[in-house]
Amino acid sequence: MRLTAPESVVVAGASLLADPLRRQAVDVEEVQWQPPTGDPAALATVMADRRRAAANAHALEAMLGAEAQLVDVLPASEVLGLQPGEFLHAGPPIDWDRASGPLRGALIGASLFEGLAATPEEAERLLSGGDVSLAPCHSRGAVGPMAGVVSPSMWMFCLRDEANDASSYCSLNEGLGKVLRYGAYGDEVIDRLRWMTDVLGPLLQKAVRKQGTVDVKAIAGQMVQMGDEGHNRNRAGTLMFLREVLPALIDSGAPTRDVAEAARFVSGNDHFFLNLVMPACKLVTRAGAGIPGSSVVTVMSRNGTDFGIQVSGTGEEWFTAPANTPEGLFLGDYGPKDANPDIGDSAITETAGLGGLSMATAPAIVRFVGGSVPDALATTQRMYDITVGENPAFAIPVLEFRGAPTGVDVTAVVRSGVLPQINTGMAGRVAGTGQVGAGLVTPPMGCFTQALDALAAAVPS
Amino acid sequence: MRRIGLRRGAYVDSVTLMQVSRRVASLDRVTSALVAMATDLNVDLAAGMGFEVPDVSPNEMLVAIAADSDEALARAEAEVEAALTEASRPSAPGGFGSAPPPVTVRAAAARSGATAALISTPGQHAFVDAVDAVDAGLLTMVFSDNVPLEQEVALKEYADENDVLVMGPDCGTAVLGGVGLGFANVVRPGPVGIVAASGTGAQHLMSLLDGAGVGVSHCLGVGGRDLSEQVAGRSTMRALDLLAHDEQTEVVVVVSKPPAPAVAERVRARAARLGKPVVLALLGPGQPDLTETARTVAEATGSSWAAPEGWPGSVRHGRGGALRGLFAGGTLCEEAMIVAADRLGPVYSNIPLDPRWALDEDLALGDHHAMLDLGDDRFTRGRPHPMIDGSTRVDLARRLLEDPATSVLMLDVVLGHAAESDPAGELGATVRIATGLEIPVVVSVVGTRDDPQGLDQQIRVLRDAGAWVHRSNAEAARAAVALATGGTP
Repeated sequence: MRLTAPESVVVAGASLLADPLRRQAVDVEEVQWQPPTGDPAALATVMADRRRAAANAHALEAMLGAEAQLVDVLPASEVLGLQPGEFLHAGPPIDWDRASGPLRGALIGASLFEGLAATPEEAERLLSGGDVSLAPCHSRGAVGPMAGVVSPSMWMFCLRDEANDASSYCSLNEGLGKVLRYGAYGDEVIDRLRWMTDVLGPLLQKAVRKQGTVDVKAIAGQMVQMGDEGHNRNRAGTLMFLREVLPALIDSGAPTRDVAEAARFVSGNDHFFLNLVMPACKLVTRAGAGIPGSSVVTVMSRNGTDFGIQVSGTGEEWFTAPANTPEGLFLGDYGPKDANPDIGDSAITETAGLGGLSMATAPAIVRFVGGSVPDALATTQRMYDITVGENPAFAIPVLEFRGAPTGVDVTAVVRSGVLPQINTGMAGRVAGTGQVGAGLVTPPMGCFTQALDALAAAVPS
Repeated sequence: MRRIGLRRGAYVDSVTLMQVSRRVASLDRVTSALVAMATDLNVDLAAGMGFEVPDVSPNEMLVAIAADSDEALARAEAEVEAALTEASRPSAPGGFGSAPPPVTVRAAAARSGATAALISTPGQHAFVDAVDAVDAGLLTMVFSDNVPLEQEVALKEYADENDVLVMGPDCGTAVLGGVGLGFANVVRPGPVGIVAASGTGAQHLMSLLDGAGVGVSHCLGVGGRDLSEQVAGRSTMRALDLLAHDEQTEVVVVVSKPPAPAVAERVRARAARLGKPVVLALLGPGQPDLTETARTVAEATGSSWAAPEGWPGSVRHGRGGALRGLFAGGTLCEEAMIVAADRLGPVYSNIPLDPRWALDEDLALGDHHAMLDLGDDRFTRGRPHPMIDGSTRVDLARRLLEDPATSVLMLDVVLGHAAESDPAGELGATVRIATGLEIPVVVSVVGTRDDPQGLDQQIRVLRDAGAWVHRSNAEAARAAVALATGGTP
């Protein structure tokens, strides 16, 4: 540190002290300050933690260094050892009694699909009886969009991060509308799941195995430059993925009709790649997890009732609060009263810097989620203020190729009151409805104040 | 007729809101007004003003107004609206795609090339903001007061580990290579580096040096508690090291109240091997006053010294009686009390030299000599500091002039950045009233020729009103003492 006349000064607090600096021709960067939320003593303890700055730098470095290769496609029973009667779901832990409509609908559908029940009523009796096991996808290193329900027969993308010797998994995307993940369980839903299990899964397995691996992180980096933010828009990613696997698919020896059907299904579903971006993001955030003293958020996730986060410095402990309901645009006749509270593991994209945090890169969908282009540019730029760094692998062209804002910092959130911005789909409140719209949502502040308290308690005295 | 309202989602700093409150309260037919964030303190204030305060959170803004009529109430509320609109800056330079303003110090540091931070957030939160600045490696000035002592210690330990200087908490004044932060005078560049645990003490020293043609390289504030046993002079040591390595600095001055003995020993030891002459200017009874210190420092730089200027007022003779002083600067008040007590005996105060001379809450002065530091918490609760807004002092001065015991009135005027734009003008009418009553007014003016208020112009206004004016506070105090004893300076 040397003593020099400052050319630029950061000013926080009284504006009266900023004006004299401006009059001295000094650049003033004035903080839009507000009192922090949560326990001030806990905040002071965490900020004074000698490990914090280095731990957050370490977390960021690990997140930026994570790889994400699609290495195989396998049934959940094989790759996760899921047994009949075991289900994974999105978000923090929850039981049937507290489960929301779309989660219940998806569990009913999965029970029908697995042949555990013949009718929805029978499935409800089974599920409410307590003889089944429910666990968060995150507890098994997996992620699931919306209800995120995984049952043993469902096929899973298997991704590897060799740099950190870690794996992550996600089911195959069913498309939009009446689909299991939005809580629909009609015949068309079950029939589609059967086809995915019988035809699509094995075909993709053949193609991936023939191809070797698919670099999902590289595709994600390109899609961000092509207008996809990786949560509510995955169009470019989906087409690039298809481009990667199509030759191997054609060359797989499978019946031409199946190959054509698979190609038609993937290319007709703009969200197919979401289920590859999500496990890739899980590998990114997982790399930054479990670092003592780090206040970086490593999981943001919702089960339709609660929003839950995990933080690097506190390991796999969940901090939960009632989930907010998204605001945005609705399909057809649906309206706000039809929307279920926020649901899905897909906020893992925001946790890794994509989705709402990189909204600026996806101007094409700002209207779809009820925003405007300037909002999107402002949102991403604001997100830099609550994250610990930038990911050059996800460069946003309109922001001069600045990297995606990465690693939400609990202390910055409680101090600024600025919450991570999430882009999301909206599920119908009533089981069996399906998707009703899409919009914007934020986590409840309570998750962050609880995490702050736990971080403070974990500071060595 | 009173009405209390709440505004949500808009935080405005307390200094700005106090100015808004005052602007609204000064409207015709408005009896009182409080526009403030709903902290416990401000809720109590509103309750004390007779308002029924609903359940609120500190993130909401109270707008409490009492007025004579519905019409006046509506006018006052419109004024609040207008004042708040003026106070809120546009969120960004504007334009498509421009970034919103930064929300933390860390964010502000990251997006600018800043090398220094000036933090004046409320005391219970300032630690966190200062840690951000230290993390970013910024020279960190903490203007905020009421920072808990253990947080000051923690902050300075943290800063030491990061090799960063923290000025403050409760640091009002700094100059870095000619750039003033907080309350600071416009000084010419020069060889003197100042380390100061007293803001107005540093301002007076800089002004006296400037008046003698001696310039200042840097003035580094350290906060009033830095040389206490608990804080152990952490910032003072770091500031000394920085000045030791600074090429512009040839002579170093440390301005402080006498430190805790163990700390004094360490400061002396560090000063002895600094490789540059160090003047330890300790403030207090039996110590040289700031003017003598300025002379010592000027002579250490090899400059010649001429006594600071002074001008007589129009009331040439004191009639004898109580000396009364009203000060914006705490150190100036204390220095004047030391001069006065030496000649006059007990000088009562809210910051007494001797605990027996303490004034109680209702400030009953009797026939005593008395000097008040209006920058003290007792006078700044819910009101701006007297260096920003002199209205409290004007009100008190009028009261003192009505007191038959008052025979001499002493005031200080502190110029420089962040101080109000025309302090002499605000005091002028009061000086005229005193002069009309044959009560002499002695004013010490702390400032430099290049200060934004204009030193010569400020002195002229005070002299035209009839005041005695001195650029040396100690000299002003001596003049006031002479007048109070019925003599002529």
